[in-house]
Amino acid sequence: MTAPTVAFSEAQLAEVRRLQGLYPDGRAALLPALHLAQETFGHISLEVEEYVARLFDLTPAHVHEVVTFYTLFFREPKGRHVVAVCHNLSCHLAGAPEIVAHVRRRLGVDVGETTDDGRVTLQSVECLCACEHAPMMQVDDRYELDLTPEKVDRILEGLR
Amino acid sequence: MTATKILTRNFERADSHTLAAYRETGGYAAWQKAETLEPAAITEEVKQSNLRGLGGAGFPTGTKWSFIPKHHAGPVYLVINADEGEPGTFKDRYLLERDPHALIEGMLIAARAIRSATGFVYIRGEYIEPWRRFSAAVKEAYDAGYLGRGFDVVVHRGAGAYICGEETGLISSLEGKKGWPKLKPPFPAIKGAFGAPTIVNNVETICCVPHILTRGAAWFAALGTKTQGGTRMYSVSGRVRRPGVYEASVAITLRALIDDLAGGVTGNGRLKAVVPGGSSAAILRADEIDVTMDVDGLRNAGTMAGSAGVIVMDETVSIPEALMVVARFYAHESCGQCTPCRESTGWIYKMVRRIVEGRGRKDDLDTILDVARRGAGTTICAFYDGAVGPYVSYIEKFRAEFEALIPR
Ligand SMILES: Cc1cc2nc3c(=O)[nH]c(=O)nc-3n(C[C@H](O)[C@H](O)[C@H](O)COP(=O)(O)O)c2cc1C
Ligand code: SF4
Ligand code: FES
Repeated sequence: MTAPTVAFSEAQLAEVRRLQGLYPDGRAALLPALHLAQETFGHISLEVEEYVARLFDLTPAHVHEVVTFYTLFFREPKGRHVVAVCHNLSCHLAGAPEIVAHVRRRLGVDVGETTDDGRVTLQSVECLCACEHAPMMQVDDRYELDLTPEKVDRILEGLR
Repeated sequence: MTATKILTRNFERADSHTLAAYRETGGYAAWQKAETLEPAAITEEVKQSNLRGLGGAGFPTGTKWSFIPKHHAGPVYLVINADEGEPGTFKDRYLLERDPHALIEGMLIAARAIRSATGFVYIRGEYIEPWRRFSAAVKEAYDAGYLGRGFDVVVHRGAGAYICGEETGLISSLEGKKGWPKLKPPFPAIKGAFGAPTIVNNVETICCVPHILTRGAAWFAALGTKTQGGTRMYSVSGRVRRPGVYEASVAITLRALIDDLAGGVTGNGRLKAVVPGGSSAAILRADEIDVTMDVDGLRNAGTMAGSAGVIVMDETVSIPEALMVVARFYAHESCGQCTPCRESTGWIYKMVRRIVEGRGRKDDLDTILDVARRGAGTTICAFYDGAVGPYVSYIEKFRAEFEALIPR
């Protein structure tokens, strides 16, 4: 037994217990708890998976299976900001390929990569369901709509 | 035909998401009325209204509710599908952000009809602002005493996976597992979330329910066609002058929706093709848009009403390139459980990409059609059939355009 190097605070543990209590089976709070874990630890490493598994009395394999299934969980360290450009049909029709190319040039990274200074991780993603404002992207919690290269530049400059 | 604003009537108000604004415009009066009705009477009213599910499958809502076993002793759950992910669809986002109390009131009424004490609202993980808005409304509804007296609402966030929009995948995900769909039967109404009888309904479907109660089933039915009542919210995007959400009768034609409400076609101004019901619906050619948008109208036209996500393409759009984008989506989102779906979606994407890149072979199109069709109807969930719709229709209706890309 090695002592865990990742751990929630007392308040967070109470929050996990509250979440578990919302469902007929506490294990249903796994996704909310993983969201909390990612906010806290930055990404969900194998160590975090094991920690969360213990909190839920689940096998690490089960938690691993869940983490790898969903695109919003990061298994590797991500940048301080995540830029996710939609590349689905409506955005494609509105010029998404040019937007993706532009962001790649500006950041100097390929899709799926993080800038060397750890500032931004770039992703290209499926429909974020804001197609009336295509082309669009998600930057952390925010939807950025009706993109042009100039608007993209302004947004990227604002990311510290 | 013009817009009819029922679900969207308050969207212009800046404070439409607040309890105060909702009450001012008659909010929670339907719930007051429902409290005086027997559960069976509510279900009957919804049946008579001809409301059909607006999440994709178009199943009659009252009929679905009546599948809950009559004298079931244990819990029954109401699950709201707010996992909106069908490419080209964005209406539920508007409802969550601009009229969250309509969903809460609809849930109260639906829960009484099916005798449920707990409702779960499953919101896609990327919808952070809608989730905040809806959660704030839930808090208001608790403080005002609408919730917490016999009915509780739990707001649950997804984590990024299109397949969790499929109702059994959604239930798996809600239970804390990966979102693998399950073979039906048993249907969720018999054995759903946490093993209990469960009704899964789309956000917009449930938002119709208060209006049915206050204004009556006959009024609602008369808004639509013989087999489907009401209006619905069309998400219109692509090459149109005014992309956006438009509410109109389910009997509006696709042509009126594009020309009258969305302002007509942009690009070179001439329509080439339209996807009428989200990316899983078969594509229609420009000469096929004099159809009504109801479930049966579009089914008779060989496509589907689906999520009412309308994607418009003018003549300058490359259909093979559009199919490549759509095929990439299905290849990425297959959950991988069924061999035909897992293998064919990946393989067809590669084939279409090869054609678009000018490296196609003479037999490729027939091979794609053959592979696509062979798996149809054999999989655990309807995801794969939703991919076959575009594969087959894009190629059959625009074959010459694909052939022109294949070196002789
Ligand atoms: C692959 C797939 C994805 C789906 N995605 C959604 C979705 O995002 N939202 C939704 O409400 N229904 C979606 N559905 C339909 C649901 O399975 C289910 O029929 C619906 O939520 C039932 O609600 P309704 O009867 O009110 O339409 C999807 C179905 C399939 C096969
Ligand atoms: S059809 Fe595809 S998405 Fe549906 S269960 Fe099978 S593999 Fe998964
Ligand atoms: S296609 Fe980009 S948001 Fe829908």
